[in-house]
Amino acid sequence: MNRLSRLAWWLVFIVGFLYFFLPLLGTFAFSMRSQPLFSAYAVVTDDPQFAETLIYSFIVGVLTIIVSIALIVPTAYWVRLRLPRLRPYIEFITLLPFVIPPIILVFGLLRTYSGGPLPLAGSDFGSNVLLVAAYTVLSFPYMYRAVDTGLRAIDVQSLTEASQSLGAGWLRILVQVIIPNLRVSLLSGAFLTLAIVVGEFTIATFLARPAFGPYISLLGGNKAYEPAAVSLISFGLTWIAMGLISLFGRGARTRVQVVGAR
Amino acid sequence: MAFLELSGIQKRFGETSAVIDFNLAAERGEFVSFLGPSGCGKTTTLRMIAGFEQPTAGTVAVDGKDITRRAPNQRNVGMVFQSYALFPNMTVAGNVGFGLRVRKQPKDRVAKRVTELLELIHLPDKADRYPYQLSGGQQQRVALARALAIEPQVLLLDEPLSALDAKIRVILRNEIRAIQRSLGITTVYVTHDQEEALSLSDRIVVMSEGRIEQIGSPFEVYNFPATSFVASFVGTLNVMTARVAGAAEGRLVMDGQPIRAARPVTIAPDGANVTIAFRPEMLSMGEAGANRLRGTVQDVTFLGSIVRIRVHLASGATVVSVDTFNDPNLTVPEAGAEVTISFPPEAVLVLEAPPAATAEDLIAEA
Repeated sequence: MNRLSRLAWWLVFIVGFLYFFLPLLGTFAFSMRSQPLFSAYAVVTDDPQFAETLIYSFIVGVLTIIVSIALIVPTAYWVRLRLPRLRPYIEFITLLPFVIPPIILVFGLLRTYSGGPLPLAGSDFGSNVLLVAAYTVLSFPYMYRAVDTGLRAIDVQSLTEASQSLGAGWLRILVQVIIPNLRVSLLSGAFLTLAIVVGEFTIATFLARPAFGPYISLLGGNKAYEPAAVSLISFGLTWIAMGLISLFGRGARTRVQVVGAR
Repeated sequence: MAFLELSGIQKRFGETSAVIDFNLAAERGEFVSFLGPSGCGKTTTLRMIAGFEQPTAGTVAVDGKDITRRAPNQRNVGMVFQSYALFPNMTVAGNVGFGLRVRKQPKDRVAKRVTELLELIHLPDKADRYPYQLSGGQQQRVALARALAIEPQVLLLDEPLSALDAKIRVILRNEIRAIQRSLGITTVYVTHDQEEALSLSDRIVVMSEGRIEQIGSPFEVYNFPATSFVASFVGTLNVMTARVAGAAEGRLVMDGQPIRAARPVTIAPDGANVTIAFRPEMLSMGEAGANRLRGTVQDVTFLGSIVRIRVHLASGATVVSVDTFNDPNLTVPEAGAEVTISFPPEAVLVLEAPPAATAEDLIAEA
C-alpha cells in the first residue's frame, strides 16, 4: 500500500470517527453544564421513575424476545427445510414493519382491541399483551434476518436428517440441535430487539404504558440537561449489550463453521 | 425371506422419474452398494429406505415389516452422510450418545456404549473434542460411531468418503468394511466410485437413469457386465461395434479384421451389427492370443503400476486401449509404431445392439 492510499484510509477513518463521536461528545458536554458537575446524572439515577421505566421496558423487551424467537425460529427453520419457495414472501412479510409506521400499527391495534370479543386495550394486562405483540412485529425484520443468516451457516437439512435417523422428534431437533447452533444469531437478534424496545416511544405512549421511551420524552419536555444524561446512559447500556454479543459469540462462531471437511 | 426388501419402488418428482421399478432383496448382514453416476437415483433410493423421501409406489420392508409409511425417527435405520452432519454444538461423546439419550437410556449405559464405540473407531481419547477440532476422516469415523450407537437394523452410508482425500479414503473404507463384518449389520452404501463399490460390497446394484442395470457380485459385475452401460461404467472398457459373420461359431468382423468370441452370438443374426467389449487388461502386445488386430500406436500413458497403450486400428477409425503391468524391463512401443495386439476369445463380451455412445462418452457422462 503506498503512502497516499494509506493517508486516504486514515482520512476516512478520522472522518468516520468524528461523525460517530462528535455528537456524543456534544451531548456529554451539554449534560456537564448542569452544576455541580454530574448533577444531571445524579438527578436521573435518583429519580425512581428512571429505574421503574427502564425495568419495565427491559421486562417487555425480554418477553418480546421470547415471543419473537418462539415465532421466528420454527418458521425460518421450516421455510429453509421444507418450503424454500416461500422464502421471498416470508421476507416480505417480515419487512412490513419498515413500511408500516408504528403509529398506524398502534391505531390498528387500538381499533381492533378496544371492543369486540377481545377488549385487551381496556386493561393494564391486556395493554401489556398488546405492547409485547406490537414490539414482536417490530422485531421481525431484525430477528428473521439474524435467524435466517444463522440457518444459512449450518447444514440444516443434514443435521435434521441425522437427528431424525437417530430417533429425534421435531421439538428435540429444534431445542437440542438447531437452536444451540443459532446462538450467535439469536443473540444479535435479541440485542437489536432489546435496543428497539427500550427506546420505542410511539406505541408505548398510545397504549399508555410506563415505558422508558415516553419517560425520556417527558424528561425532555421538563428539563434541560437530564435528557442528555439519560441518552448517554442508554447508549452505554447498548454498548454493554454489544460487548456481550461478541463475548458470547467468540466461542460459538468457531464451532458452527465445522460442518465440512477440514 | 430377505432382511431388507425393496419391492416395485418408484419415485417421481413432478414429471421426472427419479427411480423406476426398483427391486432388491438384501440378506441379513449383507453389504450392498448402489453404484452409478450423479442423478441415477441411487441416493433417492437410499433416502427412501431412511424415510426422508416417500416412494410414489412400492414398499420398503425390514425384517418382514413394512416400514414404507413410517417416519424416519421410527425406523431404527442408522445413516452416515457425505457432509458428516455432526452436531457442531456437541462433543464427540455428545454426538455418539445422542441417539441413546433420545431413547432415554440410563447415563451409565450411554457412557459405556460411547466408550465402546470410540474404541471401535480408534478414537478413545477424543471424547471431549468438538467436531471442529477433528480432521475430516476423524469426523466421519465419529459419524459412523453415532449411527452404530443405536444398534440400527440397517446402516445406510451416503457417499461417506467423497469429501476425504485419496489415502484416508482407502484406510477408512477398509475400516468400514471391517466394522460392518464384525457387527454383521446389513449395510447399503451409495457411491459413484466403482473402486469403492468393487472392494467393499457383497453385491453391487449398478444404476442408470433411475433403473437398475445389473445386480451382482463385484466379480460378476466386472467380468460379465449385463449392458454396455455397466461395462463402460465399471472399470475401463473398449466398447466397439462389430458385424456378426458366423453367429453359431461366435465369428465377428471388427474394423475389417476377423475375431472370434468364446460363445455363440445369440442376440443377433449373421450380418447384423452388435456391441462388443473387452477390458484393456485382457489385451496384450504381440501375437500370443487367438484374436489378432493390427494397428498403429497413438500414445502411451504411465498410470503407476499400469502402462496404457492406445492403438489406432488399421482403418484408423477405432482406438483400442491395451493395459500392461509396469515393469522396469518393459519395452514400450513408440507412438506411430506398427503393432499387433492379441486377446483370447474369452475376452470378447458380446453385449447388445450397437451403442448410441462410445465408451469414452459414457465414462465422461459418469
